Amino acid sequence: MLKTRNNKAWFLVLPVVLSVAFSAIIPLMTVINYSVQDILGPNRKVFVGLEWFQEVLRDPDLHGAFIRQLLFTMIVLAIEIPLGILIALSLPARGWKASLSLVLIALPLLVPFNVVGTIWQIFGRADIGLGGHFLASLGIDYNYATNPLHAWLTVILMDVWHWTPLVALLCYAGLRAIPEGYYQAAKIDGAKAWAVFRYIQLPKLGGVLMIGLLLRFMDSFMIYTEPFVLTGGGPGNATTFLSVYLTKLAVGQFDLGPAAAFSLVYFLIIQIVSFILYTVIQRNANPQAPRQETT
Amino acid sequence: MARIELDDLAHAYMPDPQKPEDYALRPMTMTWQDGGAYALLGPSGCGKSTLLNIISGLVRPSHGRVLFDGQDVTNLPTEARNIAQVFQFPVIYDTMTVHDNLAFPLRNRRVPEPEVRTRVAQVAELLELTGDLRNRASGLSADMKQKISLGRGLVRKDVAAILFDEPLTVIDPHLKWQLRSKLKQIHYELKLSLIYVTHDQVEALTFADQVVLMEGGEVVQAGTPQALFEEPEHVFVGYFIGSPGMNLLPCAVAPGGQGVQVDGQTYELPIDPDHLERARGRGSLTLGIRPEFLGCSNSPQPGAVQAHITRVEDLGNYKIATAVMGQHTVKAKLAEDAAILTGPGYLSFPPEQTKLYANSRIVR
Repeated sequence: MLKTRNNKAWFLVLPVVLSVAFSAIIPLMTVINYSVQDILGPNRKVFVGLEWFQEVLRDPDLHGAFIRQLLFTMIVLAIEIPLGILIALSLPARGWKASLSLVLIALPLLVPFNVVGTIWQIFGRADIGLGGHFLASLGIDYNYATNPLHAWLTVILMDVWHWTPLVALLCYAGLRAIPEGYYQAAKIDGAKAWAVFRYIQLPKLGGVLMIGLLLRFMDSFMIYTEPFVLTGGGPGNATTFLSVYLTKLAVGQFDLGPAAAFSLVYFLIIQIVSFILYTVIQRNANPQAPRQETT
Repeated sequence: MARIELDDLAHAYMPDPQKPEDYALRPMTMTWQDGGAYALLGPSGCGKSTLLNIISGLVRPSHGRVLFDGQDVTNLPTEARNIAQVFQFPVIYDTMTVHDNLAFPLRNRRVPEPEVRTRVAQVAELLELTGDLRNRASGLSADMKQKISLGRGLVRKDVAAILFDEPLTVIDPHLKWQLRSKLKQIHYELKLSLIYVTHDQVEALTFADQVVLMEGGEVVQAGTPQALFEEPEHVFVGYFIGSPGMNLLPCAVAPGGQGVQVDGQTYELPIDPDHLERARGRGSLTLGIRPEFLGCSNSPQPGAVQAHITRVEDLGNYKIATAVMGQHTVKAKLAEDAAILTGPGYLSFPPEQTKLYANSRIVR
């Protein structure tokens, strides 16, 4: 049964379909192609089925990278979300001070990723970096290149410096959207600052916080450039996160099959978590809307 | 509950007010009696919300004092004032149940939990919210939410007054009268002082014992709805109250003191000559008469003046006749069975209800 008579409208979608095809679908198909074959040369390839998948899922190095990745993401989320809220709450609401502080806060977001890595690499060095020199002068033997704990602290600090502003800006926008009447009513109801935060500001921030959480989850889970520039995944494997490991696998060792298989698994993990977060956002956005029921 | 006094109160949002126009609220002194139902009426931007926020303490006045039962509260913050306020848009705490919403002001004040439960139950009973106490407040309709806002005010035992800032704006028309009669019932049962801000004259006149009409940051008249209707002290009161508003004709005292001149034409109106004499030389004069009191007919009446009737509208239970005097039109509200046709006619001005205003203020 034909529902639409005029199918010419599909031509309007064509440019998007083409560009998505070139930028996403064709590369993805290539990856799938690699993930199920062992390609030995231009005309020598063997179909291996799910062998690569089985191999990467059993790979202890990958397990290590995955656990480090999970830990890293959870730590930065646990710091950046509350810190972002705190910064947003303490920013002035209006006037030139508000504009100035917003610009200052947004600055880290404008720095290219590899430059962020370079900045912190230099900053942390005991010989020429301010931060490293300062710690050394306090008598702390700080060296992110040899001490795994120091490397972790530096990477986390770097990410917090780089991305907390995003959470803060989102929350700031969310806070400004709360009508004045809520604060006035809270005053009349005798609510203290904590109650105002707990029962007015936090619930009203729910939507933007979920968006912040989603963005920060995806970005931190895929983090590559900054730790690559800062530590190169070291010392040892200490800061080898998933994408760093993946690059080593694909470009370093030229294990295209396992790398492709692992890429797909990686892609799937991010898709699933993002989908869950997105669903929560949608439900948050219209709590009154009845749930879709199939009849 | 308390008597609220405003002592030489004024407020300017700018730091150093010079002219009267710089004030959002011009100096005023007035007393709101304990247990009264007051309406603050005026067009948008006339300062009524500012006045309300000063009474509740959300705004600190730049001049003058606010007294509750003779005690100066000008510098007290809102939470120390025992004032409840209901806003234009219902404010509820989304994450809480209706019960917790109502309990919130008490819990913030560390009232023992058993007492909280009793009070909430009483207020919910009064507002017919008992069935919804366990539900989340965020899913309710606007009128229910507004009832919760009101309930958060009523739940406190010590409230001196409940202030309403256009509380029915977002309520569906058919629910407005329900909520309004609920308010009247609560006022009657609890004998609370209520101050109700609105720009809707019907709302104000039906709700309040005393109406305070404001314009341009100034109180132009405070009185019973009847006084505002029958004895407007300011042309703005005449214009703003009533539908249609008062007929206002710029005029001058006729030479010889017999009647008035409108647009150069002399009309011999039966106004007391002494009254006219008192108005003479006090500035620009305006003649005011309510359409309800203006007589209009096609046949000559004793004391009536000639005018041309241009239009007669039958509005069901009354008729509106429009007549021309000089370059001005006047309207008369007549009974639905009044026999009136367009064409030459006669207007009669009953002396009791014909008012004279000098520089917009009434001349008595």
